[in-house]
Amino acid sequence: MTTEIIQQSRKSSFVRARLVPGLILIAIGLVILFLFGVDTEAGQQATFGMNAMRSQALPIPDLTLPVQPAIYVLILVTVFLGAWQLARGIRSTGLLIGMVAFCFVVAFLIWATRDKSFNLVGMLSSSLVRATPIALAALCGVISERAAVVNIAIEGIMLIAAETAVMAGTLSHSLYVGLLVAILTGALIAAIHAVLVIKYKVDQIVSGVAINIFGIGITSFISSRFLERNGDLLNNSGTFPVIPVPLLSKIPILGPILFENNLIVYLMILLVIVLHILLFYTPWGLRTRAVGEHPKAADTLGINVFLMRYVNVIIGGMIAGLGGAYFTLGSVGRFDEIMTAGKGFIGLAAMIFGKWNPIGAFTSSLIFGFADSLQVKMQILKVPIPSQILGMAPYLVTMIVLAGLVGRAIPPAADGQPYEK
Amino acid sequence: MKSKDVKKKAATKPADKEEPTSKGKRGFWSQAGQTLLIPALSVVTGLVFGAIIIIITDAHVLAAYKNFFSAPGLALLAPFEAVFNAYGALFTGSFGSPVALVKAIQTYAATGDNASLLKAIYPFTESLVSATPYIFSGLAVALGFRCGLFNIGAEGQFFIGALCSAYVGYAFKMPWYFHLPLALLAGALGGAIWGAIPGYLKAVTGAHEVVNTIMMNWIAFRLSDWLLTGPMMAAGFRPVTPVIQDTAFLPRIFSDPLRFNAGFFLALAVAALVYWFLFKTTLGFEIRAVGMNPDAARYAGMSIVRNFVLVMTLSGALAGLAGASQVLGVDHWVGQGFSAGYGFDSIALALLGKSHPVGVVLAALLFGFLRGGATRMQSMAGIPIDIISVIQGFVIIFVAAPAIIRAIYRLRVARVEETVLTRGWGK
Repeated sequence: MTTEIIQQSRKSSFVRARLVPGLILIAIGLVILFLFGVDTEAGQQATFGMNAMRSQALPIPDLTLPVQPAIYVLILVTVFLGAWQLARGIRSTGLLIGMVAFCFVVAFLIWATRDKSFNLVGMLSSSLVRATPIALAALCGVISERAAVVNIAIEGIMLIAAETAVMAGTLSHSLYVGLLVAILTGALIAAIHAVLVIKYKVDQIVSGVAINIFGIGITSFISSRFLERNGDLLNNSGTFPVIPVPLLSKIPILGPILFENNLIVYLMILLVIVLHILLFYTPWGLRTRAVGEHPKAADTLGINVFLMRYVNVIIGGMIAGLGGAYFTLGSVGRFDEIMTAGKGFIGLAAMIFGKWNPIGAFTSSLIFGFADSLQVKMQILKVPIPSQILGMAPYLVTMIVLAGLVGRAIPPAADGQPYEK
Repeated sequence: MKSKDVKKKAATKPADKEEPTSKGKRGFWSQAGQTLLIPALSVVTGLVFGAIIIIITDAHVLAAYKNFFSAPGLALLAPFEAVFNAYGALFTGSFGSPVALVKAIQTYAATGDNASLLKAIYPFTESLVSATPYIFSGLAVALGFRCGLFNIGAEGQFFIGALCSAYVGYAFKMPWYFHLPLALLAGALGGAIWGAIPGYLKAVTGAHEVVNTIMMNWIAFRLSDWLLTGPMMAAGFRPVTPVIQDTAFLPRIFSDPLRFNAGFFLALAVAALVYWFLFKTTLGFEIRAVGMNPDAARYAGMSIVRNFVLVMTLSGALAGLAGASQVLGVDHWVGQGFSAGYGFDSIALALLGKSHPVGVVLAALLFGFLRGGATRMQSMAGIPIDIISVIQGFVIIFVAAPAIIRAIYRLRVARVEETVLTRGWGK
């Protein structure tokens, strides 16, 4: 009798788990139909440019898609996936959501480009570039939180590093000096955070917020006091040039995206790989993760918990310093007040989305970078949505991502708790 | 101290006269002094650090030190001069010049002309005007802290509240006894919705409210950008709303140009209301219990989800009221860049005030005076207003890490219980 009841309830919860997402997916297919499908006419074509401007890659012809058939195909795919979910159930919901989101975005792009042309490779390339500060912020977060120190101060660190980078770069007429100064500044501010949090056991979020407030204050203060009046002397560093990788940049689509960027982007990609190897394939990484999951056990093994935390937070600070340098030395060559615009926090969301590992953080930063560059391109394409509403896209994406995934994303066990010997 | 307590204990029957203090056998004033000591010292130390930054970035001081060996006296005096200028301007900006006040009183006594008197108390009333939104937003963040929630979204909620109350203010024509409460209510409601969203997300999905409220802030900025250049824009070129109707004004106490209005008293009333709510109602007790120990609260049958949503909603409503009071009482319209950092400042306020309404009011008054003076400091001594953010950053750190203050001043103050504010990324 009881087994029947248990089997019944298990069956009904299975059914529910299949029913709801399946129906949602089919509904999304219908949404695509009504939002994008009905607005198109029969003969429209969307042209996607496949060659970035000023690129060394071999030119390939542009991709021209007929609009209506393409959108209908995407709707069919979505509805098919929904129906499959309804009938059989697909285990990996993340993959499913990813595929449907991909269809939705592609349909949106095709709809927006009807009768116009749109440089797709250019947009993908700028996605990677815009993802760079987010990815660096996320990497800083990963390193720090794997050792169980919550680092909300990334925004403040990046801002201060950006300002010192541009000042040092302008004064010394060398971008590399500016980069070095940015990294050192990042390390310094992170060290302050580490001392407050590890030695004085200040609440980690309070300390982070305080450093953010301080960062905004001091950078705006110095900007108003010195940079505005002495622009050429202090605020004009120039930017890192684009360095194409000799052979690889000739590859048609991947070349302009991955292999024609400036130094900071290359460093970021390198850091993702290096950090992943360090964290998961070296003894140091194992000790770090041990300190983050169960510091007491690590301590009994003889690992110096405090030292590991200090080292990790400072390394994270250096990475965040590099991220700060991107804003000035890698992008516009001068400092504007509050130029980080919340990217530090988006980086934290990317870290959570990426489940606290470097490659995951990098992938999710790409998504955010894509959202960011999408809203800029949409303004160029004159999509009938006001630019400010489009500008909300990265932040909305962050919130949706956090809402959808944090429940399932598990932070390091000792995250946020000060260690008492 | 200890011997006195022993004697007291011997003199009275143990079950009889128990001193009505919760933290040991100390008197009220001594305890008040204890609680005020660290925040007061934090503010002082923050001001000192701010002074150091002013000194090392002052052009005159740097120039004077260049000629250190030729004119040592000048060089040594220069820092003091810089700080004196800066903080002197700060003082006259916050309180007004005592000399001018005395003269104005004399003029008033002699001729009955109150123009110069009004001018003399202008800085003081301006500081109170600056303090009013701080009281509201400080209460908002403090309420959140009491429940273990970190509401950094006060900035966005402030803005949305301001826009909502401005809309009700200019779009409707009603007698003032409907219009004014409705406008205030609209502001509170707007902020409440803006706070409820991250609250709901945290309660249901566990997403941390720090990142969500900051995202909501940025969304609010973009939304207001769009509204102020589109649907809510007044005729003309500037991205501002139309001026609100007279019937929605918060009444001014003195005549122009003094901007002191009833909003200040409203803020004090709301602070009293929040005190009553937190400490004298069962709902407030639940909120505090959830903040102090969520697991124990859940074991006692309190709903964590419901409390999170409730607190974020109320917190948002308070921050929305801050925006509403600013629009209805002071500016009477909303423009871009309206809020100027109230959100982050109120975090410092709530920490300084130890999340207690009385402390928040005192801290808000302090910040109001600092802000009032900072504008004058910027115009008279040429020091950018951002120094206040720097000082606030220091103050927050010192309040959050009392060990630093204790180390600096070699205090042997007993450890007062320190509030646990947050718990990492949530479950």
